[in-house]
Amino acid sequence: MTLADDAAAARVDLKSLASLVTPGSRVLDVGCGDGSLLRLLAEKRGVDARGIELSQSGVNECVAKGLSVIQGDADTDLVYYPDGSFDYVILSQTLQAMRQPRVVLEHLLRIGTRAIVSFPNFAFWKIRLQLLLRGRMPVTDKLSYSWYETPNIHFCTINDFIALCAEMGVTVETAFALDREGRPVDTLPRPLWNLLGEQAVFVLSRR
Amino acid sequence: MTGSALATGDKRNEAIAPSSQVVSFGADAPLQLESGERLGPWSIAYQAYGTLNADKSNAILICHALTGDQHVANTNPVTGKAGWWETMVGPGKPYDTDRFFIICANVLGSCLGTTGPASINPATAKAYALDFPVVTIRDMVNAQARLVDHFGIETLFCLAGGSMGGMQVLEWAATYPDRVFSAMPLATAARHSAQNIAFHEVGRQAVMADPDWHGGRYLEAGTRPEKGLAVARMAAHITYLSEQALHRKFGRNYQDRSAPTFSFDADFEVESYLRYQGRSFVERFDANSYLFLTRAMDYFDLAKDHGGSLAKAFAGTKTRFCIVSFTSDWLFPTRDSRAIVHALNAAGASVSFVEIETDKGHDAFLLDVPELFDTTRGFIDSAARARGLPHTRGAAL
Repeated sequence: MTLADDAAAARVDLKSLASLVTPGSRVLDVGCGDGSLLRLLAEKRGVDARGIELSQSGVNECVAKGLSVIQGDADTDLVYYPDGSFDYVILSQTLQAMRQPRVVLEHLLRIGTRAIVSFPNFAFWKIRLQLLLRGRMPVTDKLSYSWYETPNIHFCTINDFIALCAEMGVTVETAFALDREGRPVDTLPRPLWNLLGEQAVFVLSRR
Repeated sequence: MTGSALATGDKRNEAIAPSSQVVSFGADAPLQLESGERLGPWSIAYQAYGTLNADKSNAILICHALTGDQHVANTNPVTGKAGWWETMVGPGKPYDTDRFFIICANVLGSCLGTTGPASINPATAKAYALDFPVVTIRDMVNAQARLVDHFGIETLFCLAGGSMGGMQVLEWAATYPDRVFSAMPLATAARHSAQNIAFHEVGRQAVMADPDWHGGRYLEAGTRPEKGLAVARMAAHITYLSEQALHRKFGRNYQDRSAPTFSFDADFEVESYLRYQGRSFVERFDANSYLFLTRAMDYFDLAKDHGGSLAKAFAGTKTRFCIVSFTSDWLFPTRDSRAIVHALNAAGASVSFVEIETDKGHDAFLLDVPELFDTTRGFIDSAARARGLPHTRGAAL
């Protein structure tokens, strides 16, 4: 079993993301962490995989794995990538930590032909319930930070995200809600995503 | 001054008759310099480790820094100390001599056997001194390319170097993109900053202000500008460290005394340390070489050579890059490395970039920094895999 298999077994959501990428394409993973998704893409789908990661430990892990990853901040460094230089730009579970999520989205769609964005849905029923019944900022096992220390400064709901896409004139090519493990919830009718989807994935383009 | 007179003899021997292998080019095979001058006859001295494979695809060229030399991984013939990069180069080391053929050549203008100002000018039968042409980083690289040709190596598997060595790596990648499979410029910049030029000018003026410099003709005068060169080295050495490292190593500790002497003796440990650095440097380095090599760094501006755009310098490159900077390096700060990374991104190049947290300053690339070893191993092993060379790690993939 390779490291990538380990990683894939541990993170079903990475497999869901990887399945959206055309084999052999050029991919930039923004906020690539320890490089699990990049490695999966490179090994299983023959992708020319590059990454940006903020944390030194993450970058060191990636480079030690032989991945092309640079230490950088999506909020400030995406500007240096030329237009249309990637087939896909992936932002996985990072949008809510951006200082300027809309600007970052604009860059993703400028740099990549398509952007793949996944994020936690703040309108998930358990989160709603915490706020409603306890009157406290929600803390779940997936979103485990307290309000005063969270890096997640720009939470949104699935409906918020759809509204932003409309405002930006962005085409939603594919979208689906994910369960807590990151598995697509195919059975869920779209109007219920915002209540029952714990996470969501959107494939966007400027077409 | 017997000790130093002896050292003078040793050093001149290394400049003229080095204890390294030398490839010499006659007057019929001169080196065309960027200044327009032609240098010939000329020689290049090098050390090599490991074995070149049959298809000559496993060669790594290490580029040394300003006052470095070709003695990367063997005892230095001048100082008797270990090679300057034995942490990185050797059997099983990140640059693994069991798998790769590793070359390091003394740079053009230096004083360890490659032609420089201490070499004999055939026109006068005396040392060139200031008659040596001003050379550039590109000239150094062109000289190295001739050595690589001599080995029959078409493409280098990797080029690696820090500081001025990193400048050579960048110049190689820009000038000979097809001959560089992978590149590791460490703690470097694509152009020398105004502040760094300023520091170099202080060093040069210190050398030239020493009456023993004799307008560069000190070898004939039987003197050496030891005081001036030592001051130059002391000033430069501060720039290689960081404020935190100086504080950690020396603080305000007194040197062999418990109270100040109310004199200008070296009361503080840090003074004593710097004086030692200055003294030991003049034992091993030629003052005129110091002038020429600092000048070469000052002139380095890779973007300027490519219409003002660093991205253009790397347009269409297939080379795999790994850029490394160190948090406490204020001589070649991380923003210089980021500028290179941004240009490589704009050129669509394959690039990795790591900023390593350390208080060791610019010299960190020469020191025992485990994150640098891990990064280098990861990068080299994946490049080896891509090149179809033996790779120790990730073999199961």
